[in-house]
Formats: sequence, structure tokens, C-alpha cells
Amino acid sequence: MNLEKTARRLKSIPLFANMEPSKLKLLAFASDQLTFEDGEEVCHMGDPADSAYFIEDGAVDVIIEQDGKSIRVNELGANTVFGAMGLFLNSGRSATITAKGRLTVMKIDGDIFLKMVTENPGAALGIMQSLSEKIATTSAQIARGAFSGKS
Amino acid sequence: MESSIFKFIWRYSRKEQLILLFVTLLSFPLLYFSLDLPKTIINEAIGGKDFPKVYFGIELGQIEFLLTLCGMFLLLVLVNGGFKLWINIYRGSMGERMLRRLRYILFGRILRFPMSQFAKISQGEIISMISAEVEPLGGYIGEAISLPIFQGGTLLTILAFIMIQDPFLGIAAIALYPVQMYLIPKLQKKVNLLGKQRVQTARRLSERISESVSGIQDVHTNDTSAFELANISDWLGQIFDIRYEIYRRKFFIKFLNNFIAQLTPFFFYSLGGVLVIKGNLSFGSLVAVIAAYKDLADPWKELLKNYQTAMDAKIKYEQLVEQFHPEGMLDEDLQRDPPAELPVLEGEFEASNVVVEDDTGFKLLDGLSARLPLRGTTAVLGAVDSGRDELIRLLVRLIFPQSGKIRLGGMDAGSLHEAVIGRNMSYVDHSAYVFGGSIRDNLYYGMKHRPVAEREYEDEEAARRRHFIAEARGSGNSSHDIHAEWVDFSRFDQGAGGIKQQTLQALEITGLDEDIHEFGLKAHLDPVANPEMTGRIMEARKLLKTRLLEPEMAALVEPFDKERFNDNMTVGENILMGRLVSDAFDFDQLSTDPYMLSILERSSMNNWFLETGLKVAETMVELFKDLPPGHEFFARFSFIDAAELPEYQLIIRKAAAGLETLDAEEQARLRGLPFLLSPARHRLDFVDDEIRQKILICRRNFAGHLPENLENAIEFYDENTYSATASVRDNILFGKIAHGRAKARRKVGRLIRDIVEKLELTGTIMDLGMDMAVGVAGGRLSAAQRQKLCLARALIKNAPILVLNNPLSAHAPVSQEKIMRAIIAHNEDRGLIWVLNRDEDAGFFENMIVMKHGRVTRAGKVAEITSQNAKGTKK
Repeated sequence: MNLEKTARRLKSIPLFANMEPSKLKLLAFASDQLTFEDGEEVCHMGDPADSAYFIEDGAVDVIIEQDGKSIRVNELGANTVFGAMGLFLNSGRSATITAKGRLTVMKIDGDIFLKMVTENPGAALGIMQSLSEKIATTSAQIARGAFSGKS
Repeated sequence: MESSIFKFIWRYSRKEQLILLFVTLLSFPLLYFSLDLPKTIINEAIGGKDFPKVYFGIELGQIEFLLTLCGMFLLLVLVNGGFKLWINIYRGSMGERMLRRLRYILFGRILRFPMSQFAKISQGEIISMISAEVEPLGGYIGEAISLPIFQGGTLLTILAFIMIQDPFLGIAAIALYPVQMYLIPKLQKKVNLLGKQRVQTARRLSERISESVSGIQDVHTNDTSAFELANISDWLGQIFDIRYEIYRRKFFIKFLNNFIAQLTPFFFYSLGGVLVIKGNLSFGSLVAVIAAYKDLADPWKELLKNYQTAMDAKIKYEQLVEQFHPEGMLDEDLQRDPPAELPVLEGEFEASNVVVEDDTGFKLLDGLSARLPLRGTTAVLGAVDSGRDELIRLLVRLIFPQSGKIRLGGMDAGSLHEAVIGRNMSYVDHSAYVFGGSIRDNLYYGMKHRPVAEREYEDEEAARRRHFIAEARGSGNSSHDIHAEWVDFSRFDQGAGGIKQQTLQALEITGLDEDIHEFGLKAHLDPVANPEMTGRIMEARKLLKTRLLEPEMAALVEPFDKERFNDNMTVGENILMGRLVSDAFDFDQLSTDPYMLSILERSSMNNWFLETGLKVAETMVELFKDLPPGHEFFARFSFIDAAELPEYQLIIRKAAAGLETLDAEEQARLRGLPFLLSPARHRLDFVDDEIRQKILICRRNFAGHLPENLENAIEFYDENTYSATASVRDNILFGKIAHGRAKARRKVGRLIRDIVEKLELTGTIMDLGMDMAVGVAGGRLSAAQRQKLCLARALIKNAPILVLNNPLSAHAPVSQEKIMRAIIAHNEDRGLIWVLNRDEDAGFFENMIVMKHGRVTRAGKVAEITSQNAKGTKK
């Protein structure tokens, strides 16, 4: 996918919606496009978070490892960003991500991602919105979990 | 060390000085004769009568007589010159030998300095003392005795000659000497004092310079260059003032000397003239006396100069001696000639009532009494200022206590030869030093006590070695051969196999093996000198090619292929398809290179480069125009520098009217940009399949028409040839790691490691890695690598006691613990004493000792202490 197309795709997701197209192009230009084969691990839970990913093509499984067991908790499809939270928290990966089928991602280096966000107010707003959504979803999940736990 | 330079000279060069003296004295009669001869020539041969004369039984006419005398004169000139030549060379070599001896003695003393001395005296000062300051002493020592005798003798000979001609003139010639002899020392005294000051100030200057060099990082990051320059300026100013004063005084002395010397001819012309006129002195005698006086001036001048040099040398020597006589130096006998049988240190380290003070008198260890087993594992705990470091330094005898007793294995530690410590113990702390040379040199440094086998030399080399030994002995230097085998391989279990195994094990324990493997892969090999090795690396290349065909490895590497465009290389690299090996081509200037331009023309690609260059420029301007000029993205991603961006904006604007409106330089700028495009890396769709094919045509044309002068400028990639200019890894890889494949670099790295192992090349690669030069003080290694290297060195030495003082401070706790576990696991029956930074690590050890305020607060078995602690907490 070329720069132009990628930038348009990035613009379509809430996280980057408020950023200027030329900045998104720069982001795409400064990032690596990587392909993974089916089942290949993109990142491992607990590893230091050094980059964020944007799924250009394909899908991934989100897996939590607990008590020696791997639990698949979610699936993410094209036009999704993952791995950004770890960059803000400067913590380890919160989950293991594996390719589901052939996967093409845009790998955004942590320092580039953070620089883009801090230098572009539009991006900061997008991040806030997307994190708020994430909190809302997680709260809802917890609430659901609590109810199912009672029954 | 002798207290004065004259004692030093007398002690070490007595014999040579006497020989020199003897030869000097021998030359005087001839000198006298050569002075007398001109008078005979003038009075008897030129002005003589009654020829022919019988001379030595031979009858000679006036001309024959004159020529005979002149021939004798010439012969005397030659003989006198010969004497001077011999004396000068002998004097020079003696001086150099003495200089060599002095430097050697001084260096030897540094090796015996107490450790505290190095906090007082800087490296710069020491270097300046041993190299620059002693240099003039060598010159002086050569002439210390012979020069005054020679010049004094010459002076007396000439004087005697004058006296015999006319005592009155003789007295006139030296009438003013007493004045000089009285005045000069008085004036010289002040110059001597200034000389002393100059030496001290020059030392300070060296110290300042070496400090600035060592702290260069902090100078930059604190913006203190102006401060440093002012500081140096201040010292240079002081030196200037001192030297200026010295010059003023020296030249005044010279002026005085010259004036007094010129007074004497005044007497000759006036008094001598009167005597000749009155007929009391022959004209020939006056001429000869005036000629002789001229000769008199030189030795007198030399004598005065020698006096000044002697005074200067005396001061310099005294100042050196002062610096090289610190309190508490190691006894020379404890370093020289180790006993044939070295005892094995077993049992305990015992300190009783030990006091160690720093140079301000503060007690670092205050009446310490401690026992520490020299076998088994012992942890030493305590805060940084608890005295734990001093305890450890006492143990390895780096320091000596001010009072109290230290016993090692029941023996008085202070009287043990350094060899007993050096072979029984290995010591590493966080500041352990990596020496220049290779990794291998460093790994075996701990075993280079004495040469174990002499090296065999032949012919010329053998003669050179014999000369070296003779000269070294002649100047009291070590005659050990630095090129001999110093590493005592017999200490390993099975000779060469043993050392290899033990080395690899030490590297594995410290984790340095991976670094060295990496260095080995980065190394360069000459295929002409190593045909076997490079042949096997070529096998690895073939094997890698096959392995890369496996499905999970596919597309990790894009191999170099003359017939295919390589998406992971730039367009420029694709055209070259080889490695630039000389300055004839500059990759950054490809777009202006006449040959490259002719190739683009020939391949009809000129326009594409121009048009695509414009597109690339437009993209770069769009992406980077809003970034501030210093933004790091420019350096990391842009094809165009921030400073050049506005110029490209102008070019783009101008190009709107057509590319042909651009001048040659502007066109060259645009043409240069597509060379940097790499299809796999840059998401710019400027290189389609058609262009790929056309670039292949460029490639063929480029290689096919290479002019003679560029033939050696590029080494084309060839699948069947080992490239001397590429690293071992690049030779195995023979391609580019794919840009878009996830974790390709790591996977390929692992694959190469596998292949290297499979082809049994690991040893070769490790050998190559161990040959890597580490740079000054190991500067080419990271701090963590340096620490691992020092630790591996200590393990390889395989001494019965291993003492470690926080040796892995540059490592993360996880890696520290891993290495600690490995060392303990391989400890066997040796002694391991480890100063810990984290108390929780004590659990890995059998014994522990806890320090606080310069005393031991707890000591014993770790298990007992922890169970007592547990009970204590329960209560």
C-alpha cells in the first residue's frame, strides 16, 4: 500500500482522525510495513513495549497468559491500532498478539509515535477519545463479568 | 634511588666515564701538537732559511719541508676529529643507556607505588616526568664528567701553549676568568630556582591537559570549553612568565660572558702589539697566540654552559626523586625474582586490630578484626562507606594497614611475594581495566607472569635479539622478550585443548561468548592468507541459501543476483551491484559522476531520474516542510537536509515551467534523489516493474563499460567469490535482510549461528572475534562488555581464590544474578569472595560477613545467620 492510501486509512480511524493528512503521510513514511505469517507472534505479553501497530491487512488474536494458560480474549481486524497503551504507561505488553492469517501491519516506533502525539494537538485529542472509548468498553466488560460471576 | 644525579652517574656509569676520561686525556698531546705545528710552518717552513734541512734523517728542501709539515697538519686534523667523533658517539650512547636506565627505574617504582599515591599524582604528571622531564638528563649524563674534563683539558692545553709562548699573554688571556667564576654562579642561582618552578608548572599543565581529555564528555555537556581554555591559558601564562624570566637572566649571563671574552683580545692587540714592535715577541708567536685564544674561547664557553646544564640537571633529578619516593612503597624484593616454590594460600584471611586511614587521617577501618575463609563461597555485605572495599583491598593486598596484622593462610601478608598473591588470587572490581590490544590479549593477561618459553630467532633477528639483551642488561633493564610466549599453558589441564575448553567455559559463564561470536561475524578475513577458512565460509553461504528455501525462512533475505532487481537495496546500490572499495567513487555523489551520467544516458534513464527526482523532492517537501530545522526526523528519514529544503522548494517551483528550464546543478540535485530509493523500505510507488528492468540495463551497462581507472574502485558481488572487503557475516549472507519481514534480523541471526555451528565454524568465528582490537582502555567495547571481559580474564586465570568486588555494576540485576549463579555453580573447591550490592543475593553463598563503620558486625554461615534473624523477627 502506498503512502497516500495508508494516510487515508489512518485518517479514517478515530485515533488519527484529527491529524493533518501530511502528518499522517509522514507517520506512514517513518514507519515500517511488516508482514507476519499465520500464527506468528507480533509481540509477547510482558515484553517491553517499544512500538505501536496499525493493522493494514488481516487480523490478530489478543491473548492473555494466566497461570500458564493462554486465553484468547479478543480479535482485532484491519484499521485498528494496538500496543499504544504500553507506550504511554512505559510498561510491558499487556497481552500477546498473534497473526490470524497473513497479516500486514504498520509498525510505528515508540519514540516516533510519542513525538507525533506530543507535537500534534490533533493527535492528542484522538488519543484521548480512543482511550476513553477503551475505558468505557473495559468497564462494560467488567460489569458484564461481574454479573456473569454472580450467576 | 640515588639522592643526587652525580651519585647516580657514579654508581651506574663509573666504568664508562673512566674509559671516556682516559681517551679524552689521550687526545690532549695530539691537540697540543696540532696547535704547535702552525707556528713551525710559519716560522720554520715559510719564514725559515738554510735549506735543505735534515729532518728525521731525511734531507728536505723548503717546499718539500713545507708540504711535509702541511701533510702532518692535515693528518693531525683527521686524528683529532676522529677522537672527537669517537668521544661524542661514546658519550651519546652512554647517556642514552643511562636515560633508559633512569626511565626504567622510575617506571619500576610506579609499579611499586602505594595505591594512595595515584590519588595524589595524576597520569599526566607521571607521563610528563618519565617522558619529557628526564630526556635532557640523558644528554647531560653523557657529558657529565668527560665534557668538563675534555673542555677543561683543552683549555689548559691551549693555555699551556700560550704560557710557553709568553707567560704574560697567558695571564692576560685568563685574567678575567675569576670575575666570571665569581659572577656566573651567583646569577645562575636565580635561574636554577626559576627552572625548578618551570618544571613544577609544566607538570601542572600536563595534569590539566590530561584532566580535560579524560573529562571531555563533561566539558561538552556542561559547555565549559571556555572555562577549560581559560584554565589552560592561565597555566600557559605562568609558564610564559617563568620562561621569559629565565630567558632574560640567561641572556644577561650570556651578554656578560661575551663582553668579558671580548675584553681579552683587547689585551692581545694592545699589549701583544707593543711586544712585537719592541721585538720582545715574534710576529708568528702573536699570530699563533691570537689563533690559540680563539680556540680558548670555545672550551671556556662550553665549560660555562656545562656548568649551567649541570645545575639544571641537578634540580630536575632532585625533583624527580622527590616524586618517586612516596611513603609506603612496596619492597622491591616482593616483586623481583619470585621464589621457585610458591605456597598455596589456604585456610583463612585474618585481620587483627587493623587500622586503615585515608590521606586525611580518617579511619576507614578502625581496629578491624576479621576472619574470612579462603575456600568456599563468602558474601561480603555492607554499605559503600562501611569499609568493605578496604577489607577486600587488604585481602588482595592492594593496600597495607597503618597498624595491625594481616595474615593470609597463616603467613604474614606484608612479607608475601607479589607472585604468591598474583597466582593464588584473581581479583576483579567494577573499575577493572581493559588493556589495549585484542580481546585475546586481555583474556590471557592474568597469566603473563614470566615468559614460559624463549622464542627462537634466526640470522638477523637472532643478532637483533642478542643486541637487545646486551643493551638491556647494560642499562639495567629487563631482558625478557616481550614477543616470547608468556601465557603459561601448562597450567591448563590438557595443554592447548584444555585452554580452549577453559576459555570457552569462562566466556559462556560471563555471557561474553555471544559478544565475541558477534565480533567474529563482523570481522574481515583475507582470503589469500586464509584460503581454508574462507572456503568454509563459502560453504556456509551455500548452506544458508538452501536453508532460506525452507517455507518459514522464505523471503527473509533477498540474495544478490546479477539478473534480478533487489527490492531491499536502493536504486543506486542496484546499479552498482557491488561494494565500493576506493575513493574513486563516492556513493553520495553518484548523480554527478561523469561515468554514472554516461551510463544513465546510454540506458535512456536520464529523464526518469530527473522526473522521479522531482517527484521525490515534492514528497519530501510535503512531508517535512512543517518540521523545525533541527527535528530528528530529518536525519532519520528525509532524503533532503533541513538546510537544503528551501532550495529544493525553489527548484520545484522553477520546474513547473518544465524540467529543461533547470540549470545543470539543479538537475543534478534532482537526479541524485532516486538513487536513494529503496522499494521495500519506502512506500513510494516510483519504481515499477518496467523501471526495475531498465535499472537492470543500467547495471549491465555500468559493469560492462567500466573504464580502466575505475576497475579497482568497485568489487562486484559474485556468488562464487569470497569478498575480502566484506565482513564474515556479509559473506555468509550474500544478500540483504528483507525489510518488511517481521523479526527478519533476529531470525537470520539465529540461522547463521545454526549454520556456523553445523559446519563446525564456531571455533573459527570465536577466534576471529577474540582477535578484535578493543581500542584504548577497551573503548570499542561497552561498559558491560568490558566488565564481562575482566571477569572472564579472572576465571581463565583459574586461581584458587576468586575475589570479586561488585564486578558487574554495569549490568542489569537479572544479568548480574545469572552470571553470579553460573560462577557459583562452577566454583568447585575454590574460594569465592564476593562483595555484594544487594543483600538478598547473600542467599547464594555459604558464608557471609557484614561490615559497618569500618568494623565487622556479623560473620558466619549464611544459613545460621538467616535462621537467627528469623528467630529474632519472630520474637
